[in-house]
Amino acid sequence: MTERTRIPLHRDPRVRAILVQVLAAVVVGYGFYSLFQTTVDNLVARGIQTGTNFFDEVAPFQIGFTPFFDYKLGESKYIDVFFVGIQNTILVAVLGIIAATLLGFFIGVIRLSPNWLVSRGALVYIEIFRNVPLLLQIMFWNFAIFLPTLPAPKNSIAMGAFYLNARGFHTPLPVIENTTDFAIWIALLTFLVIGLVMFARRAKALFEETGRRLPVPWISAAALIIGGYIFYLVSGSPLSFDEPVLGRFNFKGGGQLPLPLFSLWFALTLYTSAFIAENVRAGIQSVSHGQTEAALALGLSRKDTVNLVTIPQALRVIIPPTISQYLNLTKNSSLAVAVGYEELVAVWAGITLNQTGQALVIIGMTVAVYECLSLLTSFVLNWYNKRIQLTER
Amino acid sequence: MSEVKIFVPAPDRSPPSNTLGPVAWLRENLFGSISSSIATLLFFYLCFSYLPPFVDWAFIKANWTGTDRSVCEANAAGACWTFINVRLEQILFGLYFASKPEELWRPTLIFVLFFALLLPLLFERTPGKKWLSIALLGVFPVVFYFVVYGGSFGIPQSNTTQWGGFLLTFALAFVGILLALPIGILLALGRRSEMPVIRSICVIYIEFWRGTPLITILFMASVMLPLFFPAGVEFDKVVRAMIGITMFQSAYTAEAVRGGLAAIPKGQAEAAMALGLGYWRRTVLITLPQALKISIPSIVNTFIALFKDTSLVSIIGLLDLLNMAQTAARSVEWKGYDIEGYLFAGFIYWAFCYGMSRYSQNLEHKLDTNRRN
Repeated sequence: MTERTRIPLHRDPRVRAILVQVLAAVVVGYGFYSLFQTTVDNLVARGIQTGTNFFDEVAPFQIGFTPFFDYKLGESKYIDVFFVGIQNTILVAVLGIIAATLLGFFIGVIRLSPNWLVSRGALVYIEIFRNVPLLLQIMFWNFAIFLPTLPAPKNSIAMGAFYLNARGFHTPLPVIENTTDFAIWIALLTFLVIGLVMFARRAKALFEETGRRLPVPWISAAALIIGGYIFYLVSGSPLSFDEPVLGRFNFKGGGQLPLPLFSLWFALTLYTSAFIAENVRAGIQSVSHGQTEAALALGLSRKDTVNLVTIPQALRVIIPPTISQYLNLTKNSSLAVAVGYEELVAVWAGITLNQTGQALVIIGMTVAVYECLSLLTSFVLNWYNKRIQLTER
Repeated sequence: MSEVKIFVPAPDRSPPSNTLGPVAWLRENLFGSISSSIATLLFFYLCFSYLPPFVDWAFIKANWTGTDRSVCEANAAGACWTFINVRLEQILFGLYFASKPEELWRPTLIFVLFFALLLPLLFERTPGKKWLSIALLGVFPVVFYFVVYGGSFGIPQSNTTQWGGFLLTFALAFVGILLALPIGILLALGRRSEMPVIRSICVIYIEFWRGTPLITILFMASVMLPLFFPAGVEFDKVVRAMIGITMFQSAYTAEAVRGGLAAIPKGQAEAAMALGLGYWRRTVLITLPQALKISIPSIVNTFIALFKDTSLVSIIGLLDLLNMAQTAARSVEWKGYDIEGYLFAGFIYWAFCYGMSRYSQNLEHKLDTNRRN
């Protein structure tokens, strides 16, 4: 019997792995340490004490658009600017996500229309809007189209109670008249929704047992509208609508989307909807034709085939990339800085950074906010992917 | 003997007019159902109410010639392409080269060289692709540096603060793509490594850059980069933007390459291992070539995104294509012709991105060997 040959230490993969990792950790750690140290030294040399003391200093600038925050020049602090920025970022992100989803699904569906003209039209739309830089689109709509062509407040374009002019977009806004009554209404509505959910479950159980189907969507919609309105009256009409009224220089009251926000929203919607439309098209096309044929062969109606076979399978493919598009839209909202909408990057990483010079803290916090959003998105994605994973035998 | 009867078939009947030919095509594709007919009519209505005025403005009544705005003011109903015509050198090559007509050969040579190297690479049957790629990725950047930056061989040095226009956009995108590729490949390999420390470093790097908007990274590069280095180390503004873009792009490239690596069956690496190949030979000779081939379409998609994203440098004050078009449209001589400026810049971006995306779709189609149609 020969003796087992010993692997020399420097050839043992386990030893080498440990060595390489220790080396990498030391190099990266030292790199970070020296970066941090140099940065702090440099800041000190410029007379900036890195820290969070500036949070409580009064911010010496006005922010024009603070719908959810009582921001006062001369009273509000730098840290308030941070929160105003986050709120404005979230506002444009939510508006953009809603509009881009609706438009994107619409374009994606008509992209597959049997009508040649319509599907080509959708293709042209997609190829134009996703292949031109978003920043260019934002500036184009804001500076080249909306600013010069929209009328002055006096001659606003009226769409019902909505008004569009060179200052922005003005909408009616519900106002809570009486907080207790409003709470009662919301509570009643919650009960109604819980009831409807239970009803839907029962209906599904009934369907699986007997095959009898109740018109759940119709009943729910009717119950929500009629019941909601009755409860609204019962709880004493707790809401009123604040409509925009033309004042001396501009509209007063109601909801106001200043023009930069409107342009940003408009451009983000067009740009992102082109990507969502492509996701929708790919998702619908990913459902193989055999599925539809099998469903029809089983005797399902066209409507049931679409609702029970095509859509559920298409959504599996559509939703994950669409959620990534939502994250992209939120990150892209930082381009607002080009048109002067006051979101996080513009007021915090822009104005506040220029005023205080606290580069380390400010950029760190800005990045942290986006990292949180990005982590949140990937959690949602992982959860969704796990949930919809095909359970195969 | 009786005559042999020869069977003479009746002539083919022509196909029914409602299944073939243009009329049938119209019926099937434009007026297939009531809703389809309504959509067609609506489409025509929209086209006829918006397209003719636009074509009229952009082409028929447009001003193409002349040297100043008086031409356009005389005919305000048409687009003022005169503006683009007069400022073309500035928008394409930036202020430095536009102000020195005797130096214009430098950017022109660079673009001619670039397309001469790139175009043959796009076709499948070109011989010597390897050498062309090496020339494009290895030699071309060096030529670019010596010709555009200058400073040696008797070529005057150009001032990077005066770089601009499409040349700058091109330089930023090219550097980003070129440097991000090797970094991205290493990161992708690291992310799939079995060593936890290496893996976490790569994951953190990739997720950090992917989670942050590019504009924040550019702010970081322009404001914080000087802070990261000891006093005295100075970076040019363009170089700072290039560093930021490369960091950002490498994370996206890494994810594209990782997708390709994940698609390679494990048996490939295992077979290589069984043949006695070590990690690097296994990766460089077996898995990576296959993975890169699969991931070319998604890498090209990240190129497209980067090419569009270079426009963000205009926010940190660089005069790239977008910013240059806008600046030109806001100059005293051409104030008010923003639309023309944006449309021209937009068209250039669009042409490049659309070209790249068609190319990547084409490749995807070719690489997809188990497709059904």
